[in-house]
Amino acid sequence: MALTEQEILAGLGKIINEITGIPAAEVTPEKSFVDDLDIDSLSMVEIAVAAQDEFGVEIPDDQLKNLKTVKDVINFIQS
Amino acid sequence: MRQIQGAPGARVLAFGGYQPANVVTNEHLAKTMDTSDEWIRTRVGIVERRIAGPEESEVDLAVQAGGKALAASGLSASDIDLVIVATCTLETQIPNAASRVAHRLGIDAPGAFDVNAACAGFCYALSAAADAIRGGSATHVLVVAAEKLSQWVDWTDRTTAVIFGDGAGAAVVGPSDTPGIGPVAWGSVGEKADAIKVKDRNSFLQQEGQAVFRWATTALHPVARRACERAGVRPEDLAAFVPHQANLRIIEAIARKLGAEKAVIAKDIVLSGNTSAASIPLALSRMIERGEVPSGGLALLLGFGAGLTYAGQVIEIP
Repeated sequence: MALTEQEILAGLGKIINEITGIPAAEVTPEKSFVDDLDIDSLSMVEIAVAAQDEFGVEIPDDQLKNLKTVKDVINFIQS
Repeated sequence: MRQIQGAPGARVLAFGGYQPANVVTNEHLAKTMDTSDEWIRTRVGIVERRIAGPEESEVDLAVQAGGKALAASGLSASDIDLVIVATCTLETQIPNAASRVAHRLGIDAPGAFDVNAACAGFCYALSAAADAIRGGSATHVLVVAAEKLSQWVDWTDRTTAVIFGDGAGAAVVGPSDTPGIGPVAWGSVGEKADAIKVKDRNSFLQQEGQAVFRWATTALHPVARRACERAGVRPEDLAAFVPHQANLRIIEAIARKLGAEKAVIAKDIVLSGNTSAASIPLALSRMIERGEVPSGGLALLLGFGAGLTYAGQVIEIP
């Protein structure tokens, strides 16, 4: 059964908090990883790896640069 | 034909390290390229690195480190019958470095060869040395890892120039009745060969940072565990973990996943940068000098880099 946006958002919030220390509540769909959350390219790799473990969806490096916002990642995992 | 039996085991008798005198700080790099101290510290964990000038070649670096290890071992040059140099940054490929290093150190007519397994080179060379001693091909081996990365780095490319440094580390390996160098866990990932490369002889080193970071933080802690298992050692029994000094975030990620709670983790990258094959013996020689690791304790070495190649083994700290 496909996960809902809320379920993925909650999982991402937890992952991002563990990797960067950013409070999960600040991880909302419209946020930009670079501009709003100040997450660098290496942390994005760590988030992608953790998201793969959590959701079973691989996010390759060449796709990663297209995922600018939290919503982009949610859409990628749902697609 | 007959087969010769070597020593039952091999061990490292002494380490030595050498760095060029010239310190290059992050602030210095920020003057010539679009980077900052904060950016470099948070991405790779480096504060400063050493860079050799034109008067100092990679062979010069190797001779310095090799001489220190030889002196610390208490052996003389005539005791060494094999010299192995791990390097991937020679200015020219012919002649090899090992013959020149041996000659400069007064080692007469040893077996002499170079190993190119990039940043994993020291662990490959150490394994070859231990096998040569146990196989009867050599009695005492000088293993040197020396890199002058500065001559292969584009000093206008901020993605690579901030990472690398020059340096050398060496180990003298001798026979032992008990195992002092554990079985190696090694391998390679040829399908990712393009991730770190020098494209042709007129090019500089290029690296796909994200791809290498992903590989290093996900594929290498199992290799570290396998090296422990092959030696019959539990990670919690390690006194030191000395991974290749690639990036502080990679070092911390592998250490966390390995779970070597009591081990001192090598973080020489902070003051040395990434010195490729030299980083492991350089880091460990400094940890020994500063008394941070106990003589007789167990250290896990883990090299990984271009190729992609990787190798790890447990050793007894001299």
